[in-house]
Amino acid sequence: MNVVIKPRPPLAARVIFAAVLAVLFLYVIPFAIPNYLVSQLATVLVFAIAIIGINLVTGYGGAITLGHAAFVALGSYTTAILVVSYGWNPYATIPVAAGLSWLAGWCLGFPALRLQGLYLAMGTLVLSITVPALLKRFDGFTGGVQGLNVGNPESPVKWLDDSQWIYFVCLAVAAILYFVAARILSGPLRRAMVTARDNHLVAAVLGVDRAPLATATFAMSSLYAGVAGSLYAMIVGFVSPDTFNVMLSLSLFVGAVVGGITSIGGAIVGAMFIQFVPTWASDIDVSLGGLVFGVALIVTLVILPSGIGGLVGRLYDRACVRLGWTEAAQDERDERQTAGSIQNEPA
Amino acid sequence: MLFANQVIDGLADGAIYASLALALAFSYRSTGIVNFAQGEMAMLSAYAVWQLMTWGLPLVPATLISIAISFAAGAALYAGLVKPLSRANLLTVVSVLIGLYLALNSLAGFLWTYSIKALPSLFPKAHLQIGPLSVSIETVGIIAVVACVLLLLYLLFERTKLGLAMRGAASTPDSAELVGVPVPAMLLIGWGIAAALGALSGILVAPRVFLNPTMMFGVIIYAFAAATLGGFDSLIGAVVGGLLVGVVENLVGTYIPWIGPDLKIVVALILIFGTLLIKPDGLFGRRKVARL
Repeated sequence: MNVVIKPRPPLAARVIFAAVLAVLFLYVIPFAIPNYLVSQLATVLVFAIAIIGINLVTGYGGAITLGHAAFVALGSYTTAILVVSYGWNPYATIPVAAGLSWLAGWCLGFPALRLQGLYLAMGTLVLSITVPALLKRFDGFTGGVQGLNVGNPESPVKWLDDSQWIYFVCLAVAAILYFVAARILSGPLRRAMVTARDNHLVAAVLGVDRAPLATATFAMSSLYAGVAGSLYAMIVGFVSPDTFNVMLSLSLFVGAVVGGITSIGGAIVGAMFIQFVPTWASDIDVSLGGLVFGVALIVTLVILPSGIGGLVGRLYDRACVRLGWTEAAQDERDERQTAGSIQNEPA
Repeated sequence: MLFANQVIDGLADGAIYASLALALAFSYRSTGIVNFAQGEMAMLSAYAVWQLMTWGLPLVPATLISIAISFAAGAALYAGLVKPLSRANLLTVVSVLIGLYLALNSLAGFLWTYSIKALPSLFPKAHLQIGPLSVSIETVGIIAVVACVLLLLYLLFERTKLGLAMRGAASTPDSAELVGVPVPAMLLIGWGIAAALGALSGILVAPRVFLNPTMMFGVIIYAFAAATLGGFDSLIGAVVGGLLVGVVENLVGTYIPWIGPDLKIVVALILIFGTLLIKPDGLFGRRKVARL
């Protein structure tokens, strides 16, 4: 049996780390910074949710999609239409948006299985260019160019204003979805996905049934995008077709790559990047935003292929080794022998 | 008559799509890369014409110079960005091309702002009366120019040693290298020609839609559809695909009111997914030898 050294900080260090995170997300962001920033940070959480979806499908599924804005749009419009036309409670629309985008992703997962590599990237790019036109055409449902006025949900708690409230809603949803993704990516399912991504043949020999796995990954990733869209409609209080243009799809892709395509923790960094950097750049020149995105994408892949999340992960490992916070663990290679049972596990 | 007119207009649109689809097919055949930034490069070429004209050059020399610059830019892109990527994984390739797409789009906005500009057409604004049909000279001119370019490419590939070497380099690089073909140089020329063809499509389409940084979004979609329909590695397929897409798009926009001009773009989406699902190699795919 091979033994590897894995980082494992002592309990005290982990408690302190968790406490710092809790203070940051539960006190500093909602109460200690200016109000307009709070709703921007809620948007960051929403982007992070969508980016985790891209991490799943592109980073682990190996399917490059440039059309995630389509699913974000689906989620947003599901919420908007249910709230505006049918008078639903906005929070009740989140599961509906999640279910519908899961279904749409599942349906698109079939063609996505057949389209290899570049073709899938191209197909999804075209899909995301088409979305605004489709939304404008079906103006009976979508309100056309004018969009739909969803309104911001009011805070039911006296000591929270509306933007703080929606921030906490987004934080709760993002936390749940983060732990779901972390759970998916912690066990045998992760190894099945990575094997299927890196080598179809080996995966098949080990008993990984690639087709349902890839379809499920695509559907799950669409669900993340749909939930993000639903929350986005509540934060902005308004949906219109041109929000979901190709730039949104490409921004999410840029965020995923910059944050680290296989790092779900990096998603928050990627989300901050796409939320704040273009705004700062546009203050200097309107066109600088796209230029910064393009250059960031190329530079990240050249010097930091695993993104900022990957870099932080490596630094963390090194720091733990330096501090002696390690434990011996079983080597992954031994665990792989159990990969044959993966197909029986729920996806 | 409406039908015949729509078909001819469709052929003119199709000729533009065909030249951009050819550009895509050229880069795909030589390096296996779908150049997502092809449309943005074409847009920059159209801006180059506008810039040269503001500096006082007449339209035709400006067009020729812009096409020459585009050739050089395409070759430089191959040498600088694409060749180093030849062994990279797919995610890196796609990311770099998307990065290029975003950067070029913003570059145009940075250099020439986002306000629309008028680029004069290469052809006079008059109509030809052919029997009962009234066709604009621009329509006929676009079809004629693209046809001439195709003829030139055909002669290049079928009648010259350079063309033969380029075909060899694209189809079997190792064998070509062994018989003394400088493969990298051939691929460089291939990317140059691709950029020049793209420039042509940009310059032909700019007078129809006005010059602006997003003007190629609509065109590149149809070019993707054309290249997919024709089979990505086939040059003749790109041309046939382009013309088909142009005609189908016009007829659908005219005769199916439910779709109409706003939703024509969905035709491209359906064509792409339909082709990839039913016949992933397209109509003319898998033929390794260039037939133009």
